[in-house]
Amino acid sequence: MTGAFALTWRQYRLERKMFWRNPSAAFFNFVLPLLFLALFGAIFSGSQQDLDVIVPGIAGMSIMTTTFVALAMNLVFLREQGVLKRLRGTPLPSGVYLASLAAHAVTNTVIQLTIVIGAGALVFGVGLPHDWFMLAVFVGAGVACLAALGVALSHAIPNFDSAPAYVNAIFLPVIVLSGVFYDADNAPVFLRDIAQALPLTHLIDGLSAAMVTGAPFADHLDDLAVLLIWGGLGAVLAVRGFSWDARRG
Amino acid sequence: MDSDAPAILVRDLHKSYGDVQAVRGIDFEVARGEVFGLLGPNGAGKTTTVEVLEGYRERTRGIVSVLGHDPGGRPRALRERVGIVLQSSGIYRHATPRELVAHWAGFYPAPRDVEEVIDLAGLRASEHVLARRLSGGQARRLDFALALVGDPELIFLDEPTTGFDPAARRAAWDTIRALADLGKTVLLTTHYLDEAQALCDRVAIVKDGRILAVGAPAQLGVGASSRYRVSWRDESGEHVTRETDDPTGLLHQLTSAALARGTGLEDLSVTRPSLEDVYLELTSEHEETAR
Repeated sequence: MTGAFALTWRQYRLERKMFWRNPSAAFFNFVLPLLFLALFGAIFSGSQQDLDVIVPGIAGMSIMTTTFVALAMNLVFLREQGVLKRLRGTPLPSGVYLASLAAHAVTNTVIQLTIVIGAGALVFGVGLPHDWFMLAVFVGAGVACLAALGVALSHAIPNFDSAPAYVNAIFLPVIVLSGVFYDADNAPVFLRDIAQALPLTHLIDGLSAAMVTGAPFADHLDDLAVLLIWGGLGAVLAVRGFSWDARRG
Repeated sequence: MDSDAPAILVRDLHKSYGDVQAVRGIDFEVARGEVFGLLGPNGAGKTTTVEVLEGYRERTRGIVSVLGHDPGGRPRALRERVGIVLQSSGIYRHATPRELVAHWAGFYPAPRDVEEVIDLAGLRASEHVLARRLSGGQARRLDFALALVGDPELIFLDEPTTGFDPAARRAAWDTIRALADLGKTVLLTTHYLDEAQALCDRVAIVKDGRILAVGAPAQLGVGASSRYRVSWRDESGEHVTRETDDPTGLLHQLTSAALARGTGLEDLSVTRPSLEDVYLELTSEHEETAR
């Protein structure tokens, strides 16, 4: 009997291989956020203050695309295509499969953050992160939270044709509100209140502290708490609504 | 494990989706090594029945045993011994059949040889083609290969040839016969009579969630409701067909009369009802009583 870890590793490698063979997936996962980084980097190139906002903002957005967006889209596609159903008929344990999907998403997150942080240090004068431990904690919490929410969202999407509409209806307002492109503290009060409820706002706050400002971890425990609350909610919804079968009718 | 025990046992199976009763009390058994067919029109409850046996759906009521397991809990020990070809199911689009068969082999404790499976499923010509470029027939072969590679004792085939051209159908039939020759138990669903006739040791005719008749395809015609059909051309050249429970008596009558007249019986034939006749008779009768 092959061990669960070996099975997960095998499944993970297949997911990686399939990902790289699909150029459009690779494009949306890597090139689009980097394009944003380049564009906004160019727009704000005169102001280090703005660049200090945009780099952790894009880092937060990257985490959201590689986990929330990618998982919601992929799961709807795999469900509609019947891949999930077919795998469910094999001895592959569900937990092994989901773990491999999660590991696949985390790998994309790590690659993308490496590029964003590297570009921030080399090109945009942001410098290397002040607190690597804090960075790792916030990335980990952000991945867990947004991955769970992405899986949960996939249950609400009826079919793949409508998946981009559902995903973008959430993703686009959230990245604007959460201060990916500007300092959320400068927004009007009612927008700031909405933003304070969103997990990405708090993820970006934490990333910004770890990468740019160097504010102590202790000052950002509330941000971590918000991520964990959203993550817990997402996890419950993700597990509850899971369906292996395409919707009928 | 008792090797005489049936591979599949179904007793009083019911399955409802809300108010809709898809399966309303089905009983059957499939012996080890048998090719058993569920034959019926679309919406008869065939797929629901098979999906309960595969562990995809919870039954509403009844007893179900597959290789000695209750499939309801989807025990891994059962999934290792069963191969499933779903009515339609997708696959990693950017992988080749060879890669997928090899990957699937890793799911099972004692898989078959990858090369052997590729040949058995007829995938040799397309083994290096990306799955998204496979034709319908080739994709179906891949479905077979992935269901076979774990060397299962029991294989479920849900509508294995629906939408195929004749050549692809024959190829699929050959693969299914090869499975039977390997001693595998096969449960297939189909709405094609010729398919049931060509492949199955026994067939259950299903309609509206019930089984109307069970038997070997050749034997199904010999029920109480079915008769021999005798036809010939009479003296005026008219084609006459008569149905009878006693073909010997009728033939004796006919032939002695003809001999007495000193004429022959043109185009004389005696046929038993085909599976198609039985099927049409049973399903239309059922419709009448349902009204």
